Amino acid sequence: MGEGHRWLYRAWSGSLIGIVLIFVINVALMVAAVATNSVASRWLGTWLPDGYTTQWYVAAWKEFQLGDVLWVTIEVVLAVVALSILLGVPAAYALARKEFPGKRLVILLFLLPLIIPPITYGIPFATVMYRINLAGTLPGVILANLVPALPFMVLVMTPFIEQIDPNLEAAARVFGAGTVRIFWYVLAPLLLPGILAASLLVLVRTIAMFELTFLTAGPDSQTLVVALYYAVFAAGVRAPQSVDAMAIIYMVVTLVWLLLALRFVNPTQLVSRVREHPQEA
Amino acid sequence: MSDQFSELRLDQVSRHFHSTAGASVAALDELTISIRRGEFVALLGPSGCGKTTALNCVAGLLPLSGGSIWLDDRRIDVLPPERRGFGMVFQNYALFPHMTVSGNVAFGLRMQGVSRAQISQRLAKVFALVQLEGHEHKLPGQLSGGQQQRVAIARAIVIEPPLLLMDEPLSNLDAKLRLEMRSEIRRIHRELGQATIYVTHDQDEALSLADRIVVLKDGAVQQIATPQQIYAEPANLHVARFMGYRNVIPLEVEAVDGDRVIVTGMKLRLHGTVKQPLKGRQVLAAIRPEEISIGQGGTNVIEGRVDNFEYCGRDALVDILMDSGLTLHARLPAGITSGQPLHFSIPPERVLVYPREDGA
Amino acid sequence: MSATPQRLAALPRPGLGTAGLLVAPAVLLLLLLFVYPFVYGFVLSFAPIEGDWLSNYHKFFSQSRLWRTLPTTLELALPVTLINVGFAIPIALRLRRKSTYQRWLTTLLVIPMTLGTVLIAEGMLTYFGPKGWLAEVLQFLHVYDGPIRLTHNYWGVLISLIISGFPFAFLLILSYVTGIDPQLARAAATLGANPWNQFRYIYLPLLAPGLAITFCLAFVQAFSVFPSAVLVGAPSGSTHVISIAAYEAAFEDYDYPLASTVAMIMGFAQLIVVAAVLGTRRAFYRGPTAGGKG
Repeated sequence: MGEGHRWLYRAWSGSLIGIVLIFVINVALMVAAVATNSVASRWLGTWLPDGYTTQWYVAAWKEFQLGDVLWVTIEVVLAVVALSILLGVPAAYALARKEFPGKRLVILLFLLPLIIPPITYGIPFATVMYRINLAGTLPGVILANLVPALPFMVLVMTPFIEQIDPNLEAAARVFGAGTVRIFWYVLAPLLLPGILAASLLVLVRTIAMFELTFLTAGPDSQTLVVALYYAVFAAGVRAPQSVDAMAIIYMVVTLVWLLLALRFVNPTQLVSRVREHPQEA
Repeated sequence: MSDQFSELRLDQVSRHFHSTAGASVAALDELTISIRRGEFVALLGPSGCGKTTALNCVAGLLPLSGGSIWLDDRRIDVLPPERRGFGMVFQNYALFPHMTVSGNVAFGLRMQGVSRAQISQRLAKVFALVQLEGHEHKLPGQLSGGQQQRVAIARAIVIEPPLLLMDEPLSNLDAKLRLEMRSEIRRIHRELGQATIYVTHDQDEALSLADRIVVLKDGAVQQIATPQQIYAEPANLHVARFMGYRNVIPLEVEAVDGDRVIVTGMKLRLHGTVKQPLKGRQVLAAIRPEEISIGQGGTNVIEGRVDNFEYCGRDALVDILMDSGLTLHARLPAGITSGQPLHFSIPPERVLVYPREDGA
Repeated sequence: MSATPQRLAALPRPGLGTAGLLVAPAVLLLLLLFVYPFVYGFVLSFAPIEGDWLSNYHKFFSQSRLWRTLPTTLELALPVTLINVGFAIPIALRLRRKSTYQRWLTTLLVIPMTLGTVLIAEGMLTYFGPKGWLAEVLQFLHVYDGPIRLTHNYWGVLISLIISGFPFAFLLILSYVTGIDPQLARAAATLGANPWNQFRYIYLPLLAPGLAITFCLAFVQAFSVFPSAVLVGAPSGSTHVISIAAYEAAFEDYDYPLASTVAMIMGFAQLIVVAAVLGTRRAFYRGPTAGGKG
């Protein structure tokens, strides 16, 4: 009986591993296919392309005006990160340390943009933008991306702040430090790693944020991911290799920041559940 | 599952793991112990000595790297824990937070397929035994530490296992509760008569509860004996230190005669008893604080001055400062005053002499 | 003596004061950019270009091109969520101990999730397309000889949602699984529970609340599918989902009131499913997941 059960358990484990492998391998091959195609001179239904070239990257750069698009992306992302830090860190501090009337409502307000998917509130948002003539402009895109970024920053920072021993601030005060000095000498240095980690996460999410930018951007305020969408959409007109070249550029840009973020942060925090669990052997 | 057995035997049980540096560390080193039916055995030792590892191996929660475990003539280390039928009480109780007290205690019976009527009967009996009546429908989170402790014990004994395993069950309780629960455990063992393996680092618990004590260090057995034997005749220096022989003096052998020895050093000349075969002339003499008494009679007389007096109610923990600079710890009547120069004597049978290993 | 009152005044006082100041800017911004557009959209949905206050809603439920988006989207979102959550549970349980496998898999899975649906769509067109590697491999192995149709249809969107959604469900459930004290399962084992019973009586009840939340979040994500439905689906046909309907109303017909109506209905549909799932959650345990001392 024991032997039968052990065989069953092995088979079960094996099929789970099999499923995971199928998933990972297919996704990896998918990425590889895009990469291969982006450097292929001609590739029609054979295992590997007829020849290799880098011309497509140059073509894509010119065709999709990637220089301008990248510049827009940088501006949007930096503005969003800066604004979320400026507005989000104080809010996170208040949520972590203080009690105040209406706190639960405020928490709900911060949770909603993360739970409700962007397109659901994106359409009404875009409507408002059009009515006040902010649609199609860079500030409009920045504001749109701020809506999910700000709560995310708050949600990631709050546990970081909670982990800082409140007695440190009390101790500093006992030893004579006023509020400004407490912030400068005690809080800021301890918060910096958390702010860095959270900023990287916000950065990665904003680069990849499609729907909001799509709904609010004009032709010269598109971010990279939106430009990629249009390229894929019009794939019949453009050469598929140049679209894939653009896709690779997008992927590299995103992955660089993602891998950087992962050095400071646990992958689970990307789904914004920041709980430290006691893990035993 | 409720068969009685004659003997549980650990035969050269070993368990290795790889440390972070890559070296192979032995958590258990060829452990050989046997436990008889109805016996209460304590595994005693400091943290990291392997006692909890040994318990987990018996329970089936950890695999062995070597050796085997036998229940009479059945080999059980190849069985998963759910097939061994032992009851286990965990250090942090591991009560199922989503089940009531009754649900927790009945769990093992449900797994065995016992009928509903039978379950209520046995629950009623065990609740009376551990004095938990009235709490059946509460959730673990609503109970105090001592009550959670009883639920954990009830859950393990209601399945009437041939062997009960307890992993430092009292270490999370405060001192007063610990004493109370100790009596409870002793009472329950007397009433049910189950073989029990009890892991602890507290020598008082081991002395008061066990029929036999197994002292472990670094995964290896140091001594297996009754509490009286371990208390009075520790087999080696580690056991002696662990059992409260606070005075360990490095001395040299002057003369040896059988198991009687005269050791000198630090301006002392003591008659002692050899406890372990000596290697060379370097030795360590171990003396209990309780066995130093005031007076000039007897073979071993020393002079010293009382220093650092700690009042303990009935007596006092005292440091005796001697000319040579050596400090001895003693337990003396509470009327002593600090600074008093006195004579002290120690019976030669209570000066235990052990060989001095390098680096001991 | 006179120094004492000043000292007391310097201590931070509880109340709305400092906390309010710290939180206010963020709250204000979200009220303006998030709550207000929602309210505006809600009101707008009752102010159609022509007809009475309910005519947009009437239009939605009477035009088959519009109301059919609901079952179409559900046909995608429900199976996808069930698949993602259903596979995530056993895999997360299997990987609940901190190991190299766990670390590697979580890092690898983060990548498709972060890259996003647009990149996945492009990748699928290249790899899952009729001339892509997958088709070649299947033909080579003689598993399937005809042309494979996994893009520009329902299956394309399904696959793309699984690729982007499974990592999310997995990571979320993993965080719940690792929050359960492993001693509980061990205790159950010593009481005679085999691995299946450990799952059924210990892990499942303790996971149930987290599973409900994961299901809701994953469902809501899948229900709002947009770029995949366009790029690897059949946006005018079998994958004409509700977000596309809202988009077309806003950006092709310039009928903002109708677009708001569709968005409101979309939000409401998500709300119903979430409420239903969370309603069943109440039947399960909702407390701490460690059986420790009180």
